Amino acid sequence: MEIIGQQMVNGITLGGLYALIALGYTLVYGILLLINFAHSEMFMTGAYVGYFTLNGLSKIEFFTASSGGLLLLYVIAFLAGMIATGLLGMLTERFAYRPLRNAPRLAPLISAIGVSLFLQNAALLWISSRSIPFPVLFEIRQFDIGGVNVSSMQILIVGSTILLLLVLDTFVSKTRVGKAMRAVSQDRDAAGLMGVNINYIIALTFFIGPALGGAAGMFSGMYYGNIKYNMGFIPGIKSFTAAVIGGIGNLRGAMLGGFTLGMIEALAAGFISTGYKDVIAFAILILVLVFKPGGLLGESVVEKV
Amino acid sequence: MGGSKMELRTELDTGKWTTKRIVSYVLLALVVIGLPIYFQSVGNMFMVRIAGVIGIYVLLSLGLNIVVGYAGLLDLGYVAFYGMGAYAGVLFGFVVQDWLRGLSFLGDKPEGFTFWLMLPVAALAGAITGLALGTPVLRLRGDYLAIVTLGFGEIVRIFLTNYSKLTGGAAGLPRVGEKIPPAAGQQWAIDTFSMGDFVFTKNLFWYYLVVLLCLFAVFVIRRLDDSRLGRSWVAMREDEVAAASVGISITKTKLWAFSLGAMWGGIAGVTYAYWIGFISPESFNFMESVLICCMIVLGGMGSIRGAVLGAVIIAGLPEIIRWLATLDIFSGFITPEQASLLGDYRFLIFGGLMVVMMALRPQGILPSKRRARELHPVDEIEKDHEDQQLWEAEHKTNTPDHEL
Repeated sequence: MEIIGQQMVNGITLGGLYALIALGYTLVYGILLLINFAHSEMFMTGAYVGYFTLNGLSKIEFFTASSGGLLLLYVIAFLAGMIATGLLGMLTERFAYRPLRNAPRLAPLISAIGVSLFLQNAALLWISSRSIPFPVLFEIRQFDIGGVNVSSMQILIVGSTILLLLVLDTFVSKTRVGKAMRAVSQDRDAAGLMGVNINYIIALTFFIGPALGGAAGMFSGMYYGNIKYNMGFIPGIKSFTAAVIGGIGNLRGAMLGGFTLGMIEALAAGFISTGYKDVIAFAILILVLVFKPGGLLGESVVEKV
Repeated sequence: MGGSKMELRTELDTGKWTTKRIVSYVLLALVVIGLPIYFQSVGNMFMVRIAGVIGIYVLLSLGLNIVVGYAGLLDLGYVAFYGMGAYAGVLFGFVVQDWLRGLSFLGDKPEGFTFWLMLPVAALAGAITGLALGTPVLRLRGDYLAIVTLGFGEIVRIFLTNYSKLTGGAAGLPRVGEKIPPAAGQQWAIDTFSMGDFVFTKNLFWYYLVVLLCLFAVFVIRRLDDSRLGRSWVAMREDEVAAASVGISITKTKLWAFSLGAMWGGIAGVTYAYWIGFISPESFNFMESVLICCMIVLGGMGSIRGAVLGAVIIAGLPEIIRWLATLDIFSGFITPEQASLLGDYRFLIFGGLMVVMMALRPQGILPSKRRARELHPVDEIEKDHEDQQLWEAEHKTNTPDHEL
């Protein structure tokens, strides 16, 4: 029983990370019908920017002297990481995807693979080919809740993830810009005719999605303790799986899918085998796509002639 | 538009032997046959090996070109077939070589025939894996298909890594006490073709073998291209619904594409395994799939020449440039240091190249005419006009087609 509880806690933490990344896939897919292959590199970029910001600013005594300063340091690092990743996402959209908006669907996908290859190797060549320890400057406390071990890091990650998810959900469903985003995803041309600035909305989507992915990258760095140039690949595919489980294009679906996948994976790692936990995630991806391509919350799409 | 008709004709014309064509084929043959001998005679073993590796990639890119280029199914897990061919060939080869050793009439080293027996076995293993992947994903659209094939490739790699009882795990094959036997004919070739100071090495033997396999692949794929199946692939790629409505079985056409494409992956895998004498799951990772895909994109989807050129550029260009930099004639252009820096930046450059190619020349360097038109949307009227010309050109140059 305790193993189940422990794995559930790990699963929820992992699921939070997946949900954050999955939102990036789902937002972009909802608007452009494009699998943003480079999204896993946004995750990596966020982690690296966070790393450099933390390393640079932790030399200033003001930030490390008090716990308030430390909190401020992490807030700054997260903002820097998210903004930088978001800008990189917009840049990618502008140069790699916008010229291909009316091209056949394979073209932007191949372009996205190219961006991913480029960014991964840029990090490999210009930063490091090894894994780098991610600075954790505060003490991690462990809590014992009914025999289940919960760390303050896990609480922090799950708490901030849920906060970010709520903010995004409110933004998309309640604000005017959010309404415009939903309109563009339903029918781009019609939204344009109604006066929505399509390019602006798409660029914004490419800011929000990668920014959330970047935040997930920093959480991942804090959680696992190190970052590497190819750290985005496996979480990227798994988060895509999460987006598909929930129904791609559906925001709440991506959140649900993320937590579902995290949970399944943690339980599989605990009870079946850690070596095969990736196989289980990929197998779920294939099964969902083959048997229920609409996902849990998605609508079934009829192929139009 | 006057010139475009001529262009279309030269593209489709496969029968005429103009002087220009003969000269270029002879030159190409001289380079393909002669360059490795030159490398060997100047003692540049590294480049002989690279030549063989390029050959393996040409085979892979020709195979993937069937799936991606002809049938339009983006497969990001092609390396799974390559891996299955290698592992099936080696594992089954262990059993077969014991059996062969008992057959004394095959000469003093009967286990040498293992490779030759495993070649069709690996082709079959690849094709069956292709069917196994193809069947469940029949209904999936382009981008979903890409992700599923990617997942499939990773599943195969993870199984090869974790199922160590059979596959030797991350340490690879052969394990201690096992041996991948050298192919029969290798020693004969070494003895026969070594003359004086010139040593015909194992790598040269495998290089020429790979070249022969590539020629065979080009021959088969070229025949397929003109066949009923090849035309069904193109029809399906251009519009699945329209193709189905004129009586093409989408199921059959897709499965043929998957299995015929995967077959070449299997052949490349077993050849690589018996040449190098060692395999491990890390040789069959996702990056390889991306690189093979990149070769086709760069060379030109659906074009045989393009697939070959793409493979040569991606698998060999950094090494070729590094070699050229050591030659006296090129010493002014690029230093060996710059060339080796270029080698480090290869993946970065290929990634950037994929983006640039998609934006500026999605049809690739040496495109097939049909594919180029699909990827470059043109004005509708002009398109109709070109369709007419393509149709006319096809019917003038090709012999009457009885299947139609």
